[in-house]
Amino acid sequence: MALQSGSPGPQSIEARPSAWGGLTVLLDTPTKRGVALVVILAVMIAAPQVFGAYATVILTNALLYAILALGLNIVVGYAGLLDLGYAAFFAVGAYSVGILTTTFGWNFWATIPVAVLAAMCAGIIIGGPTLRLRSDYLAIVTLGFGEIVRIAARNLDITGKASGISGIEQPWLFGWHIARPVDFYYVFLVLTIIAILVSVRLSGSRLGRAWLYVRHDEDAAEAMGIDRVRVKLAAYIIGAIYGSIGGAFFAVNLTAISPQSFSFQQSTLFLMAVILGGMGKIPGVILGAFVVVLGPELLRDLGSFRYLVFAVGLLLIMLFRPSGIWPVGSRR
Amino acid sequence: MALLDLKGVTLGFAGNTVLSDVNFAVAEGVIASLIGPNGAGKTSLFNCITGFYKPQRGAIRFDGAETLTLKPWQVTRTGIARTFQNVRLFRQMSVLENVMSGQHCRSRAGAIAAVLRLPSQRAEEKRIRDAAAQCLRFVGIDPEEWDRDATTLAYGHQRRVEIARALATEPKLLLLDEPAAGLTKGEKAELVTLIARIRDQRKIAVLLIEHDTSLVMSISERVSVLDHGVMIAEGSPKEIQANPRVIEAYLGSEDAEAALAL
Repeated sequence: MALQSGSPGPQSIEARPSAWGGLTVLLDTPTKRGVALVVILAVMIAAPQVFGAYATVILTNALLYAILALGLNIVVGYAGLLDLGYAAFFAVGAYSVGILTTTFGWNFWATIPVAVLAAMCAGIIIGGPTLRLRSDYLAIVTLGFGEIVRIAARNLDITGKASGISGIEQPWLFGWHIARPVDFYYVFLVLTIIAILVSVRLSGSRLGRAWLYVRHDEDAAEAMGIDRVRVKLAAYIIGAIYGSIGGAFFAVNLTAISPQSFSFQQSTLFLMAVILGGMGKIPGVILGAFVVVLGPELLRDLGSFRYLVFAVGLLLIMLFRPSGIWPVGSRR
Repeated sequence: MALLDLKGVTLGFAGNTVLSDVNFAVAEGVIASLIGPNGAGKTSLFNCITGFYKPQRGAIRFDGAETLTLKPWQVTRTGIARTFQNVRLFRQMSVLENVMSGQHCRSRAGAIAAVLRLPSQRAEEKRIRDAAAQCLRFVGIDPEEWDRDATTLAYGHQRRVEIARALATEPKLLLLDEPAAGLTKGEKAELVTLIARIRDQRKIAVLLIEHDTSLVMSISERVSVLDHGVMIAEGSPKEIQANPRVIEAYLGSEDAEAALAL
């Protein structure tokens, strides 16, 4: 499979000492890692006050991407399944919330279980038959699924056709009206922390190991009594849940959603965050998500050249760090 | 009754017959070998037993139940474990994690239990770890090596980790596909002791495919000979060594060296 990480080629490149060698020393003990986490958390909590309103909106978007990248990382990074239509699950979550809150007047919090269930069903419908196949058929099927969801959303009355759904009410939480950008920033920060925690716990579990076994060698994994279809389906469904929860909060944050938010380009951006940061590495994919969102923003001064510069930057990263920005030694 | 019993197993790929009408049995607690010239269909027979290949005809019974229709992972759960001809450890995973994979089919915690870190899940994780550690000790891999990337171990040690991984599935029958290939003389001697210990201490029947004829003859109680997909002889090592058909099969093949060893 194309996504099996650590082919002999890239590994020999990684073996060379690099500038990262010095940086990994900063994180080589649990204490140092703990300190680093506390510092990062403090910076993230203070960020809206320090960087201002505009940056808060951008950082919220980066956190959304981090959640989605963490979800896609379970599918792509852990289980080694190439999903080119991840935005579909994002759309399922967003539209579930959009439709249920506007057309049916549901409370936002009540729609979340429905959004999750809808994404799980979609995951089972798409994944159930295709995950039995070997190799990259899944990539094609997910690509098609992504397009089907987007085109369906653009043509169905219930999804508001091309103009989408607007006027989605922003939620209340115990008397706190989550409405200002800064409110959503903190909501997404909490969601990201939960997403990280879930990923960490899964990766160190029986299921998490099974994903790696299946990714590295399907036959050997099966010879060890692992049902590869079941294990892959679990990854696919968990990825779908991450996507739909991200989509649900995306919908109430923007209050309006439309089909172009769920394009193939979105799926590729999520995938880019995962691959860029380093598949299967939690800090890596979060970093990847921030690079994907903040990169073009930081290059804003370059005007219309910024995407060109950004693209060249991405190419260089992939050339020199083919297994992602995050150091290889730290698998998780 | 035999632990493993194959009747009339016939396998073909695109018109080529790989196995034809193979009858074969392995008794409980025995050390048996499957030998034969290159391309005789030995590994194919292993793949039929473990569910990787589906024979067109025949019946395979293991421990009293039909296993022919089972998928490989289901076969493993019934109690057949295997190793591969070319070592297939999971890359970029530690030795211990590799062996823990064997316990997957003997444990059950799912995603929710893992996310919530339920007490049952933590207890099970400890059980998995302990079982894997015990298998590693059994095959003689020292704890210093447990956290190393499995594929960085010396080749002979990788072979032993693979056996530990198979043992971790708690099998009744262990299939070893050329376990001595690439081992030094000393390592082969250790392998012979290990195989004997697997049978004697763990009460696991062992079936091995092996080209090293002297190794086969020294540890096997039963030897079966496969040639061009046909089981041509079956018996004790002595009987096999005296069987003219076996010598003929070997002399007609590239394995003349093995024939001399007979």
